[in-house]
Amino acid sequence: MTTFVAMTMLTAFRIIGRNRLRAGLTMLGIIIGVGAVIAMVSIGQGARAAVRAQVATMGTNVIIIFPGATTVGGVRGAQGGAVTLTVADGEDLKKRIPLLTEVGWAKRDVMQVVYGNQNWNAPVNGISPSYLMIRDWSYVSGGPLSQTDEETAARVALVGQTVVENLYDRGEEPVGSTIRIKNVPFRVIGVLAPKGQSAQGSDQDDIVFIPFSTAERKVLGATFLGSVGALFASTAHADDLPEAVQAIREVLRARHRLQPDQADDFTVRTQVDIAKVQEGTSQTLTVMMFAVASISLLVGGIGIMNILLVSVTERTREIGVRMAVGAKRRHILAQFLIEAMALSLVGGVLGIVFGILGARATTVVAGWPTIITPESVVVAFFFSLAVGLFFGLYPANKAARLNPIEALRYE
Amino acid sequence: MGPFISCHDLWKTYRLGDVEVQALRGISVDIQRGEFLAIMGASGSGKSTLMNILGCLDTPTRGSYWLDGREIAHATQDELADIRNRQIGFVFQNFNLIPRTSAWENVQLPLFYRAASFREQRASATAALARVGLAGREQHYPNQLSGGQQQRVAIARALVTSPSILLADEPTGNLDTESSREIMGVLESLNTSDGMTVIVVTHEPDIAAYASREIVVKDGRIVSDRWTRPAPKAEEITL
Repeated sequence: MTTFVAMTMLTAFRIIGRNRLRAGLTMLGIIIGVGAVIAMVSIGQGARAAVRAQVATMGTNVIIIFPGATTVGGVRGAQGGAVTLTVADGEDLKKRIPLLTEVGWAKRDVMQVVYGNQNWNAPVNGISPSYLMIRDWSYVSGGPLSQTDEETAARVALVGQTVVENLYDRGEEPVGSTIRIKNVPFRVIGVLAPKGQSAQGSDQDDIVFIPFSTAERKVLGATFLGSVGALFASTAHADDLPEAVQAIREVLRARHRLQPDQADDFTVRTQVDIAKVQEGTSQTLTVMMFAVASISLLVGGIGIMNILLVSVTERTREIGVRMAVGAKRRHILAQFLIEAMALSLVGGVLGIVFGILGARATTVVAGWPTIITPESVVVAFFFSLAVGLFFGLYPANKAARLNPIEALRYE
Repeated sequence: MGPFISCHDLWKTYRLGDVEVQALRGISVDIQRGEFLAIMGASGSGKSTLMNILGCLDTPTRGSYWLDGREIAHATQDELADIRNRQIGFVFQNFNLIPRTSAWENVQLPLFYRAASFREQRASATAALARVGLAGREQHYPNQLSGGQQQRVAIARALVTSPSILLADEPTGNLDTESSREIMGVLESLNTSDGMTVIVVTHEPDIAAYASREIVVKDGRIVSDRWTRPAPKAEEITL
């Protein structure tokens, strides 16, 4: 049996080699289908990995609480438009929910930052010292804001890479220098390590951090003292996030005296939610591309079936001879199935090669990250085999059912 | 022990659309091991149908066919394939070699379906090709060989399994006189030296003349059955 399979395979590959153009055209559909699957999956995987890396720059196990929208006579304003979250809310959350390892807050506005004769418009964030821990910021030089800075409303600032690039000369050390924000002088005490783009696509390094109290009293100003732009919290484990979110909602609803029939006047988002939204987009794309690739594989399979039907007709006499010398129906069936699978297999392997090259080219030309996983290659390989098997069945069965006498007489 | 081949009252009916064609109408014939038999008849006489049944390519509609002590008339397709593989070698008018495939591989084909090892296949094929005088042509393709040589490859393919019966259907129909004589010489030698039962279907009297017994088929019946020469092993044959 092994001799039979090995020799039939050899014959099949020789037949392919003999009719290169015909085999090539037949395999084209499979090549394109498998190539598309490999390229698409690698682009999808690359995009997902990039999103995951971006989401990871948020920090670990982060929960963000935005103020809710204002409702004026039934007309809802934008999210964050109302002043519904305060420092007191944050402090209370920290006190009441042991699950939260840190709670911080921030308030921001885009302002002109001046250094020497240079100026730059950057988002200036007044933050609690815990915010830096929640967001996992690290430093290229200098260090974080301290609790003392917060309590004394010190005029100290941390600057991000983009701000440094726009205000300072190359090689100049920002730590120790003085910048002016809204004409108030601040001493730079730290330079933040770069984080790159956020999951939403904004530049996270275009930023200035100052103590929350300083911002409130000297820079941003406040209509309501203690109001914050957003609250931030973190948990020790990702598994704790849903429970923490529930607890936060309960505490805030109680503090804001919301009736059971009233909607939340705040929005709680976790890092996991944000990651899901981002990955959802790439998932949709992957599914669509899979559909396109499947159609291509279907067309490829029909191409194989078509050419095999032609082959069965062309080789009717050969089939008759084989039967006359003792081939059983299953031998003929196996022969044509193996030929179908050889076609789809060669097509599949070529498709894998072209898919990998395509993914590489996408990275080089478009600059998209791509990841080729061994799983996708293995799945594509076996899928192309299955296509050959499936579409080879009908022609192979047709060949096996030939009557030897009629086949021998076929002109 | 009965005869090697024993047919009794063979009938074969084909259906062509609404018309029933009776190709065989009660053929009875016994053939002994080692005979050289010619089946003659005009086209449409039923001689091809008879040969298909004798060659186990087809089964009769009615009647019995015993081959080497085994009833064939009701065998399944797979059983027939096995019998063809082990007992029967075919030689066709148009050679029926597989194109673009070497002489070696053409001759190996029957052994291939016997699940013989590749080495065995090669060795037997080499010997069979040598037997028909084609040593050294193992790697030639059919289109590189003359008609007579192609037919000899076909004979090598038929005898590679050492079958007990060699069935040749108009083996010289596509050959010139010289090649025909060569091919018939090979068949004759297989009959006399190797003791193979050779059955030749032909409509040419000078080809039939090589045989020692001649059967004439007409309208699906045997109209004449005679010895043209004493049988080679006459003492075994009971008439």
